[in-house]
Amino acid sequence: MTLKQVVNNVAEMPASKKAVVDIKKLSLTFQTADGPVYALSDVDLTIEEGDFVSFIGPSGCGKTTLLRVIADLEQATGGDISINGVSPHEAREQRAYGYVFQAPALLPWRSIERNVTLPLEIMEISKEERIKRAQEALKLVELNGFEKKFPWQLSGGMQQRASIARALSFDADLLLMDEPFGALDEIVRDHLNEQLLKLWARTNKTVAFVTHSIPEAVYLSTKIVVMSPRPGRIIDVIETDFPKDRTLDIRETPEFLEIAHRVREGLRAGHSNDD
Amino acid sequence: MSGQTGPVCVVLIALLVLWYVGAVFMNAPTQIDRYERADQTWTTGQLIEDTLAQERPILPAPHQVAVEMYNTIFAIKITSKRSLVYHSWVTLSSTLLGFGIGTLLGVLLAVGIVHVMTLEKSLMPWVISSQTIPILAIAPMIIVVLGAIGIKGLVPKAVISTYLCFFPVTISMVKGLRSPQVIQLDLMRTYNASKWQTFWQLRLPSAMPFLFASLKVAIAISLVGAIVGELPTGAQAGLGARLLAGSYYGQTIQIWSALLTAAFVAAILVVIVGWCERKVLARMGVKP
Repeated sequence: MTLKQVVNNVAEMPASKKAVVDIKKLSLTFQTADGPVYALSDVDLTIEEGDFVSFIGPSGCGKTTLLRVIADLEQATGGDISINGVSPHEAREQRAYGYVFQAPALLPWRSIERNVTLPLEIMEISKEERIKRAQEALKLVELNGFEKKFPWQLSGGMQQRASIARALSFDADLLLMDEPFGALDEIVRDHLNEQLLKLWARTNKTVAFVTHSIPEAVYLSTKIVVMSPRPGRIIDVIETDFPKDRTLDIRETPEFLEIAHRVREGLRAGHSNDD
Repeated sequence: MSGQTGPVCVVLIALLVLWYVGAVFMNAPTQIDRYERADQTWTTGQLIEDTLAQERPILPAPHQVAVEMYNTIFAIKITSKRSLVYHSWVTLSSTLLGFGIGTLLGVLLAVGIVHVMTLEKSLMPWVISSQTIPILAIAPMIIVVLGAIGIKGLVPKAVISTYLCFFPVTISMVKGLRSPQVIQLDLMRTYNASKWQTFWQLRLPSAMPFLFASLKVAIAISLVGAIVGELPTGAQAGLGARLLAGSYYGQTIQIWSALLTAAFVAAILVVIVGWCERKVLARMGVKP
């Protein structure tokens, strides 16, 4: 596939695939002692099957909150949201998604393997099946051989990979990732991004990915959602057209730089409102 | 270990020296009185020697206590009523029973308090105020009340141990069961884990270090509870009974050997809990 015009506006794209996440006029207001905080305001978004959607924006723009609403960890105060056609609460009960947090959040008293099998244990899956699935998930993140190690024996990057394996172990079609590589250095981050892309290409999962980094967002995504704070809202949605088997080299291409530029412009426009 | 042996020995020797000096000075007045009544002349050397060998000294010397302990622990059949092993066992059995019940009660209360909001409001004030009542005041009542309904011997003492030792367990376990981070609780929520699953997989393992810290306190005060429980009724057996009998007859050496034995038993119990703690935490993969 040739890298031609890769920038399109979402409105011009034909809706062909099944919508995994469908958000309409969503808003979320936190009531605090200092008055209401408008975390999300009037958010419209559709995430389709197989999409890799990045949420990017400055701190306080509501990108993590939006992900948490999708995961039913926060409740919206207005608007509609559906995951696979049902409410986030039902989707959570059906274990429709795997969630990767900013920190690995591994349980220190469990070995890596037993951390990966934790969700399977909670879902009451048989022991042989648990071990088999943990093996597969650990292989996907290239952590096979570390099953019996405890979290403290692994580096930060490996711990985060283990937490990704844990989110993959029960084979949910939707993967929600909240700045999973935010605390890692750039080399490790590049490597994990490459691995994540391969994983996504191989498994055809739908990924929602929160990040601070423009290159990360552009490199990984099929759709970039640019957000702005106070109130948290979407100011631009950019679709990209890079092939699924893209490599880090695309970061040198004009198309890549053009999209990165558009993202940066969007972020700057969002910022000028209050600074 | 080798780096610590020196300081430990120095402190031990300093304590023994202090004890000997204390014994000489505390016992000297009665000894001088005795010389004067017998119209006897005495030297300082003789005074020191005699103050450390009185039959009923105000403060017995360490070697007197050591000899008494040897005689009542090793040189006597453990079935004898004079054996400290026998008395220790009587106290220890109610200590362990009380500790077991107290730990169970403490953990159950904590589980309730953590999971049910109204229990925290309604139970916690009682848990705390229960410990503001002096145990010496409440112990006789427990013995009398339970005695009136026909419960005697081991159980009333164990109840007093329970009364003392559930408290630190409850307080630490409430803190321990609430120690998981928000991110870990969110994780369990994304799996749609039940309260019960979150408890077993996350809250309870997180609380283990807190539990063991409180168990060390609990086992020691459980022993105190058992001894206190033996005092008010003039119990026939147990370390508390030995203390009481010793004070009736002015047998200070007997009192001190019972005291030291109690201290040794407490130390051994705390060491055993510490050993269990290391084993359990090692099994939980804690960084050595």
